[in-house]
Amino acid sequence: MNRQSLDNPSDPSLSRVDGAAKVTGTATYSAEYAIPGLVHAVLVTSTIAKGSITAIDSREADAVPGVLAVISHINAMTIPGWPPKKQPAERVPPGTAFRVFYDSLIYFDGQPVAMVIAATHEQAMHAASLVRVTYQQEPHRTHFEKNIAHSGIPLNVQRAKNSPFQDYERGDAAALRDAHVRIEAEYTIPTQHHQPLEPHAIIAVWEAEDKLTVYDKNQGVKSAQGQLAQAFKLPRENVQVVATYIGGAFGSGIRVWPHTMAAVMAAKQLKLPVKLVLGREQMFTSVGYRPYTKQKISIGAVKDGRLAGIVHEGTGQTSMYEEHLERTVLASRALYACPHVATRYRLLPLDVNTPTWMRGPGDATGMFALESAMDELAYALKADPLEFRLKNYAESDPERNLPWSAKSLRECYELGAEKIGWKNRLPEPRSVKRNGMLLGYGMASSLYGFHRHPSKARAIMQADGSVIVQSATMDIGPGTGTAMTRIAAKVLGLNAKKVRFDLGHSALPDAPGQNGSSTIPSVGSAVHVACEALKSKLVALAGEMPEGRKSGGQLVVRNGRIFSSQDDKEGISYADILKYHYLNELEVTEESKSGAERDQYSMYSFGCHFVEVEVNPLTGEVRVTRAVTCADVGAIINYQTARSQSIGGVVGGIGMALMEHSEMDHRFGRYVTTDFASYHIPVHADVPPIEVYYIDKPDMQANPIGSKGLGEIAIVGVAAAIANAVFHATGKRVRELPITPDKLI
Amino acid sequence: MKPFQYLRPKTIAEAISMATDYPEAQYIAGGTNLVELMKRGIASPSKLIDINHLPLKKIEHRYDRLRIGALALNSDVAKHKSVLSRQPLLAQALLAGASGQLRNMATVGGNLLQRTRCSYFYDLALPCNKRKPGTGCGAEAGINRTHAIFFAGNGFGGNEKSSCIAVHPSDMCVALAALDTEVVINGTSGERRVPLKDFHRLSTLQPELDTNLQPGELVTAIEVTDNAFAQHSHYLKVRDRASYAFALVSVAAALQMDGGRIWDARMALGGVAHKPWRYWAIDLMLRGQAPSEKLFREVAEHEMQSARATTQNAFKIKLTSNAIVAALKAATGIS
Ligand SMILES: Cc1cc2nc3c(=O)[nH]c(=O)nc-3n(C[C@H](O)[C@H](O)[C@H](O)COP(=O)(O)OP(=O)(O)OC[C@H]3O[C@@H](n4cnc5c(N)ncnc54)[C@H](O)[C@@H]3O)c2cc1C
Ligand code: SF4
Repeated sequence: MNRQSLDNPSDPSLSRVDGAAKVTGTATYSAEYAIPGLVHAVLVTSTIAKGSITAIDSREADAVPGVLAVISHINAMTIPGWPPKKQPAERVPPGTAFRVFYDSLIYFDGQPVAMVIAATHEQAMHAASLVRVTYQQEPHRTHFEKNIAHSGIPLNVQRAKNSPFQDYERGDAAALRDAHVRIEAEYTIPTQHHQPLEPHAIIAVWEAEDKLTVYDKNQGVKSAQGQLAQAFKLPRENVQVVATYIGGAFGSGIRVWPHTMAAVMAAKQLKLPVKLVLGREQMFTSVGYRPYTKQKISIGAVKDGRLAGIVHEGTGQTSMYEEHLERTVLASRALYACPHVATRYRLLPLDVNTPTWMRGPGDATGMFALESAMDELAYALKADPLEFRLKNYAESDPERNLPWSAKSLRECYELGAEKIGWKNRLPEPRSVKRNGMLLGYGMASSLYGFHRHPSKARAIMQADGSVIVQSATMDIGPGTGTAMTRIAAKVLGLNAKKVRFDLGHSALPDAPGQNGSSTIPSVGSAVHVACEALKSKLVALAGEMPEGRKSGGQLVVRNGRIFSSQDDKEGISYADILKYHYLNELEVTEESKSGAERDQYSMYSFGCHFVEVEVNPLTGEVRVTRAVTCADVGAIINYQTARSQSIGGVVGGIGMALMEHSEMDHRFGRYVTTDFASYHIPVHADVPPIEVYYIDKPDMQANPIGSKGLGEIAIVGVAAAIANAVFHATGKRVRELPITPDKLI
Repeated sequence: MKPFQYLRPKTIAEAISMATDYPEAQYIAGGTNLVELMKRGIASPSKLIDINHLPLKKIEHRYDRLRIGALALNSDVAKHKSVLSRQPLLAQALLAGASGQLRNMATVGGNLLQRTRCSYFYDLALPCNKRKPGTGCGAEAGINRTHAIFFAGNGFGGNEKSSCIAVHPSDMCVALAALDTEVVINGTSGERRVPLKDFHRLSTLQPELDTNLQPGELVTAIEVTDNAFAQHSHYLKVRDRASYAFALVSVAAALQMDGGRIWDARMALGGVAHKPWRYWAIDLMLRGQAPSEKLFREVAEHEMQSARATTQNAFKIKLTSNAIVAALKAATGIS
């Protein structure tokens, strides 16, 4: 593999700081804390999609040895932050987070209806199977296509004039009507689940009547802390949330879900530490999913290949009790220089659990449609799909009429095209075979908005000259600790071994959850400014020392030492400074956030993917045989971990394109693909060599480290690139994911 | 999981007598299927008879046949010298199944007796005639993209209360069905042998029964008779991802060729019926013929005439036909 794709030779990478702990099994995940006296909970979930519970018979379950309690709406404690229960129970209005064990009502299949707590997990499992729940069933609506007539403008959007999800239109609709070539097509994404390998798990411990600690798999310890404190009406600091290691999440851990509340409740009621680990099948109805979404795109161009107009409509599914909104149609406004663009976004409430953000939320869905439609239009124009995109390259943000803070998408296209060998591609679909397989090439663009949230970091210089940096940020897999260590080490001129980065604990300085590719831009900036501040303090303190005074205040920092700019032979070490000043440690906490630049520039991460596929002409099996992914995300903090992020995104995109599909039997409103034998994610054999390239040009308008988010653009567009390559290979356009053999034979 | 008692017999006779004495008992070999069924409450044996210590691991060639002990591991069989040289089709099929880790645990006996992967069968909340006779077949009007297209007679296996459109999930058994295989079975009244074609059942009136094994009986070995197919065997598995997925359709093709013509032919199909589906007429259709894509297409379409789709799996008829063509091309080496 090309060295350039592995690393930047002038700036070698730091290997994962948590790698050894993870591969040697010493990293402690949420379910693994050895808390004395721990008891085990198992959820009983509903088997109907709508109705109410008429009875819960737990006599058999209660009789199982070791069983401590069976909790349900009948005997669950009252959560202080929840409104008083209504008699008789009433369905909540949209916009109400689901309240576990609150009343007898069933909102979706798989809803927790009871929980068994026992001394061992096996006892709890067995007893859970013996809890008899009877229901009064009501007709349910779960079938998207059959209920599309019930979709509408989300209430959230109706209430908020400035919502980005408002209907949008620019330019003259006639432009599209009069286009020389026009395509109109529908694209469908089925429900897909995050299904990280580590299931969601929590250990809830009430340290005192009013003090709670949870070891919980989530993507934001601070927001979990806030939500739990609010629910139990406790001061924030009385609730501590620990999530040091996370075995993947992809968005499934952004919220505090019902099962977390259930475990916390049970621990409170039983006055015992309670552990709850979701079963794989429960993961399908407990922690959200990428919503089933139907999109329609009308797109047209004039003869020379310039876009005339894009109309992008999207409808996503949500639950009856909450509105989950996604950026599905928004990319169409910003990606191309197009005079006329209109977007409309609708929601369809169904008797299902609420979806949530899944890697590349909205954009991965929307860009499948947009970038497939662009490809279709390119073929209709007999234009090269890449040249067609270049012809419509947006030099500034056409939606907000602002300059980009930085954009090197053109360089991404060029690099990707060169690496995949785009120019050798024969334009005619189904025209090339290799070893009996139909060969195809496809590409798609990627973009994702820039998110930077206020973040704090603390940097503590230790007496021995090593530094501890802390922030309540998370690492759901991308290597946050490694990147932050890198930033700190660079600012302070230290060897990375002398830096420790702490994350995943709510007692640490405020930071946003890990989502929306915001961690490096937000927390990375905070770490940068905190370490800069620490450095300034150290320089000031050095200036007060005899060696420092000699220099007249002109001090520079290099290799973890401070030198006088006149005489750079004799340096003062950080340890010397602390020792001289009789300090055990030196601490600074800084906050970093966006400023006026957000209104002066439009900020996005950009990228593109090129793939090669082989399709078996007889069996319709698709194999991605090569992938090249190029990203423009400003400065790359650490090539090795960045590259893993990009590879993971492409692998996720392969799953999305070719296999992931949660199927429901709508007669029951129940998923039937609830294990890894039926819900397919890519295995090694599905993953080709993936080449990763970065433009690596700092975007200094964005933040002090010049770095933008990478996690989402790694997957956004991949499904379209694969669908486009499949079209090139076979001449068949698949507009409904996943592209399984049945769609190609 | 229901609490159970664990038993470890020392001899085959002891194992059989335990299984006969306790009707709710079940043998456990690799446990890769049974433990999952127990965890989900689909199997709830009161006693687990661990047969892993019985002397049934041996793989040997004797006289005119290869004998493989019921406890031989899938991975050991797949790499055994005699298997590779005499029955490469079997090795190919085994390696197409499950994953390396599973094959290291899974036994030949367990593979023969593994249960269907129909999602309704695995979910206690849904109807399933196979799991709970008389509740109806959930898949028939539900999610059945991966279900059967070949049935006993003309029906889906019975009336509403007894129909089952599930497929047998094994890859190994498809290869064995194409070859001449006997299953060696021990019971209270001694040893008996059943040709593999009669070991599994089509789903007629009793979909809860996958095989003709009687209560208490233990599979001790399988025996595959020597043949002249080694040069022209091919196992083709079509699936939704590149590896570690059950077959949408699989084809085990075994041919004997000489002088550019086919002189003997066997074929079995997987993922299409309640048991490995033997294509009986293939020998008649191919014998004496020179291989060609056109011929293979005819042969494939012929068998598909008796296929019947349910609501979501019509594609499997075309897919199976194509897969037969592809497998025959690969086995004969034509492009
Ligand atoms: C995730 C996954 C993917 C898989 N993919 C595939 C695949 O692609 N292709 C494929 O072919 N298979 C696949 N399998 C199935 C696998 O091949 C079987 O689980 C395995 O062969 C069963 O063997 P075992 O020894 O573990 O059986 P066990 O689980 O121990 O037993 C299975 C059944 O056989 C009975 N039994 C076992 N031995 C005997 C005996 N000697 N006599 C009488 N009864 C006996 C048991 O009582 C039990 O009912 C997969 C399994 C899993 C879990
Ligand atoms: S196909 Fe068979 S196993 Fe599946 S639901 Fe129907 S009866 Fe049960």
